[in-house]
Amino acid sequence: MVNFKPTDEQELIRETMAGFAREVLRRHGREADERNEVPDEVVQRGWELGLVQAAIPEAFGGYGDTRSILTGVLLTEELAYGDAALALHLLAPRLLTIPLIVLGTEAQRARWLPAFAGSEFRAGSAAFVEPRWDFDATALATRAERRGTEYVLSGQKCLVPLARDAEAILVYATAPDGLGAFVVERGSAGLTVGEREKNMGIKALATYPVTLQDVRVPAENRLGGDGADLQRLVDASRVAIAALAVGLSRAAFDYARDYAKERRAFGVAIAQKQAVAFKLANMAIEIDAMRLLAWEAAWKLDRGEAATRESVLAKDYASRTALSITDDAVQVLGGHGYIREHPVELWLRNARGLTTFDGLAIV
Amino acid sequence: MIDFELSEGVQNVQRMVHAVAEQMMRPIAREYDEREHEKPWDFLRTMWQVSHANPIGGGERRKDGPAERNLAMCVSIEELSWGDAGLYLSIPNAGLGGAAVAAAGTPEQKERFLSRFSGDEPKWAAMAITEPGCGSDSSAIQTTAVRDGDHWVLNGTKIFCTSGLMAAEKSEGFVVVWATVDRSAGRAGIKAFVVEAGTPGMYVTKVENKLGIRASDTATLVFEDCRVPLANILGSPEVPKTSEGFKGVMATFDATRPIVAASAIGVGRAALDFVKATLAEHGITIRYGASPHTLTALERDVMDMEAQLEAARLLTWRAAWMMDNGMRNNLEASMAKAKAGLAVTLITQKAVELLGPLGYSRQLLLEKWMRDAKINDIFEGTQQINQLIVARRILGYSSKELS
Repeated sequence: MVNFKPTDEQELIRETMAGFAREVLRRHGREADERNEVPDEVVQRGWELGLVQAAIPEAFGGYGDTRSILTGVLLTEELAYGDAALALHLLAPRLLTIPLIVLGTEAQRARWLPAFAGSEFRAGSAAFVEPRWDFDATALATRAERRGTEYVLSGQKCLVPLARDAEAILVYATAPDGLGAFVVERGSAGLTVGEREKNMGIKALATYPVTLQDVRVPAENRLGGDGADLQRLVDASRVAIAALAVGLSRAAFDYARDYAKERRAFGVAIAQKQAVAFKLANMAIEIDAMRLLAWEAAWKLDRGEAATRESVLAKDYASRTALSITDDAVQVLGGHGYIREHPVELWLRNARGLTTFDGLAIV
Repeated sequence: MIDFELSEGVQNVQRMVHAVAEQMMRPIAREYDEREHEKPWDFLRTMWQVSHANPIGGGERRKDGPAERNLAMCVSIEELSWGDAGLYLSIPNAGLGGAAVAAAGTPEQKERFLSRFSGDEPKWAAMAITEPGCGSDSSAIQTTAVRDGDHWVLNGTKIFCTSGLMAAEKSEGFVVVWATVDRSAGRAGIKAFVVEAGTPGMYVTKVENKLGIRASDTATLVFEDCRVPLANILGSPEVPKTSEGFKGVMATFDATRPIVAASAIGVGRAALDFVKATLAEHGITIRYGASPHTLTALERDVMDMEAQLEAARLLTWRAAWMMDNGMRNNLEASMAKAKAGLAVTLITQKAVELLGPLGYSRQLLLEKWMRDAKINDIFEGTQQINQLIVARRILGYSSKELS
């Protein structure tokens, strides 16, 4: 039966995240972007929210909550409303833990999950994107060759969050039998983490290029043992990007709306001019549209149904629309929107990154 | 809990209505587009037999009725409009006029006016708001209603009245006419009156030739000293100090806008289904998730059309779901209408473009769907009026602050 109301538990999570986003993430967002770093306070308080620990089974020290992509979407929207870069830093360990929880063998979970259930933030990550203009998520150039009881990984990755500090990185590569994901621990021979990347936006999040030169990992490091169907993970990562897009679009919309009601021109608030009011109306309509597309895809994935089409449509629509909404927000503020005293230019830069990031299986 | 699966009951309705659309509407869709002012009486009579007494939008809310009334309505209308939007609009029922009676009428009025939607002969009820001099600004209505003894006397001209001909002359139906009882009172003076078919002084003077939805008549109604009983006024005859009463009338749109959006979506889906089926016949599949640099322009277009249509549908379902659950949906109804009207206008235009000369040919229905789709961005509040409503709501502005 059709229903648009989240559960009470989801509402509670949403409110908690909204409060944290407002009071902590938004307060630190600008400075973190300027300084390219995440303040310790954000990391510690974010960790205390249990973002990473929640879905880890109790046996491995976590809270044992059932993983729900839809709940993840609700939570991600709220965090991204505060600040997308800080949100991604806090959620980055999930790039490793969520795949392990969903697809890992019992031995894999027991080996790597407990480290992420402690009282301090631990970095974990995943390497998916490759540094080439024609990067193709369906045909990764990074290879995993089977040699006896090992896989040998070779290739180049980029946009790997927190790679320098990560306990382990889940490396996606083309294996002989299709797409595979491999847990590569810190310090593995042949694994090189390069200089921190300098990007246009999402600047507070430390991302790195990673080179894999004949990195040998035991076959049991392959996610799911003999391999697993990663399609649903890839689809969930698309929905996560849509959720980020909704959150940062809503941030830009709220800011532009409030500004337009304050700012006066020709004797009235500029929001009283249809040219501005209609732009804001369309932004509001589109934010709801993209949110509902993300919800529907997440709902379908949670039901265990194939949802590649829905996930692709939600991601493409949301990431494209987020760019136009954040651009509209800059436009509503006019010259002020271009100045770094206001956050809208930051959100425009962050929105641009959403189509570049891929493989963000954080929900 | 968030859920996008239609209940079994609604799915059954959907299947049934789809069969009607496919078997009864599609085969005659082209014919009644070409023969604009002729009526498909066989179809209309059959539809009357199966669906009379089912007011479209905002009908009386029965306590024992299904909890998903508005959602089921939207789902049904998407199917009917997938069959043919013009034919859907011409289906005999209590329609918009009935919705107004159901929303604002007294129990006696409901009994008097709505009970006629039964029996053997099809009947229509229409709503007459727009005038030659005012459309979106319905507060500027010039048609007057003057009390004279135990009658209201109506004078004025109404245009663009959907099913006006059928309601006023071709059946024992009625027209709900908006008129002012006190021009100096502005919005507060506007009242709605039920004028029964055949009332002396009500004339159909013109039936419009239109871009699309040609199977549905769009009439001009002239009222010349048209006398209706005092009891035919919907709501109180008093002119209040505020425009609350007018807001009440406008609230009818909260129920009808999701329905127009649903109709738009049906037309858009017809076009999109056809395009995808044609591509599939020629071995072209849409590769969801393929790398952006390998996607064809065609694939991008189809994916965009699909996302636009689904977004519009979800906004529409949400507005209907809110209504079903007793939530105020004024903002969401306008969001759905604005989104669906524009999305479907663009989707059908793109569909014509994608199939080239086939799309443009009257041998197929694509060009017709493009013509039919456009009305949804105009009637029941234009794109711009709905943007205005959304803007006022998100900004917290009155109609004075944002006009």
